[in-house]
Amino acid sequence: MAKQLMKGNEAIAEAAIRAGVEAYFGYPITPQTELLEYMSKRMPELGRVFLQAESEVAAINMVYGAACAGRRVMTSSSSPGISLMQEGLSYIAASNVPAVIVDVMRGGPGLGNIAPSQSDYFQMVKMAGHGDYKPIVLAPATVQEAVDLTVLAFDLAEQYRTIVTVLLDGMLGQMMEPVELPAMRALPATPPAWAITGAAGRAKNVVVPFRLQADELEALNFDLQRKIADIARREVRFKEYFIDGANADKVHGDRAELIVVAFGAAGRVALSAVKAARQQGIRVGLHRPITLSPFPDERLSQLADEARGFLVVEMNAGQMLEDVKLSVGGQAPVRFHGRMGGQVPMPDDIAQEIEKLDGMTSRPIDHKIEGPVVLRAAVGPARKPETGRN
Amino acid sequence: MMHYDFVFSGFGGQGVLFGSQLLAYAAMEAGLHVTWIPSYGPEMRGGTANCTVVISDEEIGAPLVRHPSAVVALNYPSVEKYEPQVAPGGLLLYNASLVLRPPTRVGIHCVPIPASDVAAELGNAKLLNMVMLGALLQITGVLPIGTVEQSLEAHLPARRRDMLEANKLALRRGAELAQEPLVAA
Amino acid sequence: MIPVEPFTEQVVFQRPRAMSATPTTYCPGCMHGVAHRLVAEAIDELGIRERAILVAPVGCSVFAYNYFEIDGVVAAHGRAPAVATGLKRTQPDKIVFTYQGDGDLASIGIAEILHAAGRGENLTVIFVNNAVYGMTGGQMAPTTLPGMKTTSSPLGRDTRTMGHPMKMCELLSQLDGAAFIARRSLHSPAEIRRAKKAIVEAFKTQMEGRGFSMVELLASCPTNWDMKPVDALKWIETHMVPIYPLGDYKTRVES
Ligand SMILES: Cc1ncc(C[n+]2csc(CCOP(=O)(O)OP(=O)(O)O)c2C)c(N)n1
Ligand code: SF4
Ligand SMILES: [Mg+2]
Repeated sequence: MAKQLMKGNEAIAEAAIRAGVEAYFGYPITPQTELLEYMSKRMPELGRVFLQAESEVAAINMVYGAACAGRRVMTSSSSPGISLMQEGLSYIAASNVPAVIVDVMRGGPGLGNIAPSQSDYFQMVKMAGHGDYKPIVLAPATVQEAVDLTVLAFDLAEQYRTIVTVLLDGMLGQMMEPVELPAMRALPATPPAWAITGAAGRAKNVVVPFRLQADELEALNFDLQRKIADIARREVRFKEYFIDGANADKVHGDRAELIVVAFGAAGRVALSAVKAARQQGIRVGLHRPITLSPFPDERLSQLADEARGFLVVEMNAGQMLEDVKLSVGGQAPVRFHGRMGGQVPMPDDIAQEIEKLDGMTSRPIDHKIEGPVVLRAAVGPARKPETGRN
Repeated sequence: MMHYDFVFSGFGGQGVLFGSQLLAYAAMEAGLHVTWIPSYGPEMRGGTANCTVVISDEEIGAPLVRHPSAVVALNYPSVEKYEPQVAPGGLLLYNASLVLRPPTRVGIHCVPIPASDVAAELGNAKLLNMVMLGALLQITGVLPIGTVEQSLEAHLPARRRDMLEANKLALRRGAELAQEPLVAA
Repeated sequence: MIPVEPFTEQVVFQRPRAMSATPTTYCPGCMHGVAHRLVAEAIDELGIRERAILVAPVGCSVFAYNYFEIDGVVAAHGRAPAVATGLKRTQPDKIVFTYQGDGDLASIGIAEILHAAGRGENLTVIFVNNAVYGMTGGQMAPTTLPGMKTTSSPLGRDTRTMGHPMKMCELLSQLDGAAFIARRSLHSPAEIRRAKKAIVEAFKTQMEGRGFSMVELLASCPTNWDMKPVDALKWIETHMVPIYPLGDYKTRVES
């Protein structure tokens, strides 16, 4: 099929439609509104369900209802809207029903702004609601990847009966790139056996997101944890550039000594920086996690065995940074470059950080003897201590 | 390796979005990697719009650039904003019909194109974006004009179909105007 | 010889098919059980058990799914109308109803209920108003009567600082999407019979695709009202009914 030039938000909507989404519920919020608007046109055309809910709270609970009905369902929102969805997400997780959530992140905290940001890493990856569970979190860096991961999101959601989030920032939502869309899939013929479809000719089905007895609730939790472990074993995805063997270039040998770790939009900006630094003769590669949950911790830990140092780049104050540090486990220094409030890091700033890391780690410091050296670059100018108050 | 990063900037209604998108379509249709990204949100207040187009024969990293290799400025505020940002040795192509105080920066190519006047001569002020795009294609050689003309045929909105030939003509007029050899200021 | 009438056994009372055999865990004298039974009878009478779907709330009736022999989902506190919307929109041939308490519907879930009604969502709502938050121990609800003592209004609800009762039938009947809105009480056998009729009518409204339907049932919570069950029923009649007048608030025949 010929390529089309599409905005990230619209490409995700069309990908979801082709993946067979049967119902969409959402509430307007910039910078994801094009997604909702696209759905408002296309879903009724196809005889599928579109409903603009009265709030994100209602939207996620409508998603819950449709998911219980065994239908392919999704919603989309941006950071503050996702905050409102947290309770509903937790109910969906406890009920083991599949749902796809698209979060086009914006600057926070508070009303923040509508500029691109990655401020929801903690919110989506660490805990998208109360209780012990983790959704699968997919982080595209290109519009094509956004399309592919949206289709994958529906597949994984159904396979594991879990929440899958597609996590991107406003930049990717607004930008246009050529994409190849998947073919239109047929809708499922019948809902799954567990679905809430009316107890016709069978015993009743119920979806119950609570267990009053501690032992029963612990059992439910064990089941969830087994599922999460299973997902962690099988679904880790990432993309690497110039790191080793196949994807290293001829010029600089086959092993990157410095590793930049960045996801989504920051990941693609970092790619430009990595290329520039390699021009300067620095042996640096890029590791771009695609699944933020499950996190590619084993791979990073493996890279840490030989790497001289890591640089994490994010559009936040250092959220994924914590997971990188855990994975590296003190085997190498980990520096950080982050921009907040809707600022997008620029390749030359990142390239400078790479140079600093290079300079710092090429001195023969033996961090393995001195203990873990974990440095963190200041992310803003140091403030003078205020006097007279504390 | 081929790599271009362009910024298009002007008032809303001057065709910044369509002109830059057309270039993106043409790049895609020529089999190249391309990103198109608009400014959105508060930046758009005051009526100026700008878009960044990156065209490359490799996977594109950053879709935004601090120092674009070329800027197409359709009005004076855009010249003011981008004159300092153009990459050294880069191009600042500006709509001389509206920019009465020409840019003065040394070390970049500042090229005036009387785009609004030419568009008016062609019978429609809205053609100024095509005049500027034609000039950009001519100077940078990023894509042949023919490729862009084909994309124009494919992507000109249905309600503007009657303007197809006029748009093509505007592209070619822009290219002609930019034919004089360049010297860095 | 006097002819002997053949002895025939006549069943005059049995468990509705839509009701399960599970004993309820409600307090003695609680009206949730009665309300459940009325709903189950209505489902049986209308022959919709196999396509009925219950959305249970958070509140004492969070267990309602246990007591019906129909498919069911438990929604988050207040969100039952949204969950029901998701279920109904994706399967319009099913009969979807929520069962909600007054805290659930009139407080935390006020937005969801208003908008479900405003959209004319083709759902049925069974709204059990017992004037308190039963499950959490009898705190003040938006429906608590003026002057009524609760565990969070120990001196009585002072309307100057704690507001006035929210009259949901009156509110919702203003919305064009609402097709059938009625208030009944469960304080006497006669009222219970009337309540049942209204519930049947509400389901019919949905079956005929006429739009949003709701039956509010005034009910007792003897435990949190700190009354004997019989006194509690009397109190509904003497105290609640004057503030929450019974009757049909909206009956729209066309869809
Ligand atoms: C988000 C949230 N807030 C608060 C609660 C605690 N809670 C559970 S039930 C309830 C009140 C229920 O009262 P009502 O809806 O009147 O039902 P009743 O128990 O009286 O039948 C509250 C506040 C909760 N479960 N979830
Ligand atoms: S607390 Fe009140 S509403 Fe809850 S079961 Fe007991 S009597 Fe019924
Ligand atoms: Mg109550």
